Amino acid sequence: MTTTSPASPQAAPRYDETIIKYFTIAAMAWAIAGFVVGLLLALQLAWPVFNLEPWLNFGRLRPLHTSAVIFAFGGNILFATSYHVVQRTCHTRLYSVKAAWFHFWGYQAFILMAGLGYLFGVTQGKEYAEPEWYADLWLTVVWVVYFVNYLMTLTMRKEKHIYVANWFFLSFIVTVAILHLVNNISLPISLVSVKSYSFWGGVQSALIQWWYGHNAVGFFLTAGFLGMMYYYVPKQADRPVYSYRLSIIHFWSLIFIYIWAGPHHLLYTSLPDWAQTLGMTFSIMLWMPSWGGMINGMMTLSGAWHKLRDDPVLQFMIIALSFYGMSTFEGPLMSIKTVNSLSHYTEWTIGHVHAGALGWVAYISFGAIYYLVPHLWKKPGMYSRSLISLHLWISTVGIVVYIASMWVAGIMEGLMWRAYDDMGFLTYSFVETVQAKHIYYIIRAVGGGLFLIGALIMVYNMWRTIKLPSPTAGAAAQPALAAAE
Amino acid sequence: MVKSPKPPKSEPAGEIDAATGVETTGHEWDGLKELNNPAPRWWLIVWLMTIIFAVGYWVVYPAWPTLDGHSKGVAGWTQYNKLQQDQAQITRRQGVYLQRFHVASFTQVKDDPALYEFARAGGAVVFKENCAACHGAGGEGRRGYPNLNDDDWLYGGSIDDIHTTIQVGIRSVDPDTHSTLMPAFGAILQPQEIDDLADFTGQLPQGVPAAPSAAWSRGQALFATNCVSCHGAAGEGNQTLGAPRLNDAIWLYGGDKKALVETITRARAGVMPSWKHRLSADDQRMVSIYVHGLGGGE
Repeated sequence: MTTTSPASPQAAPRYDETIIKYFTIAAMAWAIAGFVVGLLLALQLAWPVFNLEPWLNFGRLRPLHTSAVIFAFGGNILFATSYHVVQRTCHTRLYSVKAAWFHFWGYQAFILMAGLGYLFGVTQGKEYAEPEWYADLWLTVVWVVYFVNYLMTLTMRKEKHIYVANWFFLSFIVTVAILHLVNNISLPISLVSVKSYSFWGGVQSALIQWWYGHNAVGFFLTAGFLGMMYYYVPKQADRPVYSYRLSIIHFWSLIFIYIWAGPHHLLYTSLPDWAQTLGMTFSIMLWMPSWGGMINGMMTLSGAWHKLRDDPVLQFMIIALSFYGMSTFEGPLMSIKTVNSLSHYTEWTIGHVHAGALGWVAYISFGAIYYLVPHLWKKPGMYSRSLISLHLWISTVGIVVYIASMWVAGIMEGLMWRAYDDMGFLTYSFVETVQAKHIYYIIRAVGGGLFLIGALIMVYNMWRTIKLPSPTAGAAAQPALAAAE
Repeated sequence: MVKSPKPPKSEPAGEIDAATGVETTGHEWDGLKELNNPAPRWWLIVWLMTIIFAVGYWVVYPAWPTLDGHSKGVAGWTQYNKLQQDQAQITRRQGVYLQRFHVASFTQVKDDPALYEFARAGGAVVFKENCAACHGAGGEGRRGYPNLNDDDWLYGGSIDDIHTTIQVGIRSVDPDTHSTLMPAFGAILQPQEIDDLADFTGQLPQGVPAAPSAAWSRGQALFATNCVSCHGAAGEGNQTLGAPRLNDAIWLYGGDKKALVETITRARAGVMPSWKHRLSADDQRMVSIYVHGLGGGE
């Protein structure tokens, strides 16, 4: 209704946009909740007095933080953008808007079920798969509805070909479903008990857990957000995608190779040597397929690099792609056994994850949201472009402070753990390594705090944008107008 | 979903992108187009190199499952061999000293500077992993956990005494543990008497005051009746009984009036585990030497 593609002979359908608004608002609300909990965790590590027993201790808040940022913030913004992109690029409305509303409320209910469970100490103890059996079953129902709705919308498309963004979204939806089902097979103690026991045991359980965990990163946090990137970067830059051929090769190689790389989470454990080798080598072969997305995104600006100079939304997206490239290089590096023997179990891993999570996932989402909000609410632009820039710089400094402190802390503690003196004694005790990290924990909390402040500025900017008076129908067709200062 | 790079004739022809001069694929979705650039050559080359590296790695190291196990790799590498090699290197470094240390008496260790340094270094590791949680990383102690740097010893400060305490623990489950207890005087004395006694005891480190108060004098009499059998006439303590010295201004549970009243009323019974079965004999001896060398050893 707002933008029609001039080259298209068909009239644009009346897209289902209210559902996208709801997912967008939910994403930002959960983002703030997740960032606040993250900051509290950072403070708890620096000063244990911040552990508020028993509901708000570190052990319970940690899964609350990861689930809030990955599944609540990341999930909701993936749903918002996938529903937006699939309608736009297929030139059709959703197959069922009722199903989308069930998806919305069903998913928020899942988040509450999972989150309240954590606070009361209910967990399966599997990283990123902490929710117990009843929440898992409910999520399965919601996810199948999402999958069917998305797939049927694709089949209803008016375009002959399926746009690249939809390949990535669909691979995300299908693979996450499989991962979720396999890793969560378990038997509840009884139908009135929250506790269940996993079908998997021993090292097989560990392998399946990290097949799940790694591909949650690969398909939830990478493929899904690449789908987002493939729509909003060319839209914001107003340029064609750099290479169609590259998008095909890197899509198929990414999804084929990613699924093998999970065992790199279990190097130097009881996992057999051969499985460790495969995990490591597939991670190394994954480097270039991952970079394919970065190249295609960045090179989409070729012929339009000048736009990067004064468009803070485009800056968000390009910084996101830079962090994506950095962390998808760092990942294969850390999967090399000799590097991993130093980095494993250290803060380096935390820094690596946050380079991807803050720098890539959150930034590409922020970019997409800054694009979406004026479009969805039919405003001439965001309320304040300066506030977008302020958000960009505060949170970029925050990310750099965060990951740099974790690099230093991680490499330092890795070296301290392995230090032996000439007489064959460990040079440092464990508690000395913890003491040495204290200052870096404080610096990290500062970085996380800056990131949170940036997000709050964004929420304010969104709020003011939504409250702007709507322009007349004629002006609404020009959403790309310069933002009001 | 995948289509060939060059669209068939029936599809719309690509147009030339003005900014780059590259042809598009001819498709368009919601105004989005795609250029028909090839994948960058350097990208393909680096990818190929990682694949060659991976295949080479599979040849050298254990890699693929087979019907009867898995490929072993030409290097014969396993992580268990690697672990044993690393451990052997550590053991070799310790071995030179450990053989001598194992048979040497405490006196012999103290007389052999190299061996003594070895024992102190090893003892420091044992201490930091096992003792520091209560006694502090530097053995500085805290309320209820004795400072190990000073010369105030409840059960003796010679290496042998320290060794014994580490082995048997204090009020631990070991049958030979130090088990003496101070009675709780709350059931024996009146509150006023305990108050007087606390006044007197608190001033023991300062010696006899020039003008003793009435409370001090009453406390002195109570001390003579109730305390001297264990703590000694001048409050000098008794290491055989584990009765602390009271005239050295070192207080395990605090020397202020309130803390002393509580100690006398309820008594104290701190515990330390027995390390006899938790640490190796060599580790017990090394940590004894380390604690003795912290500064206060007798």
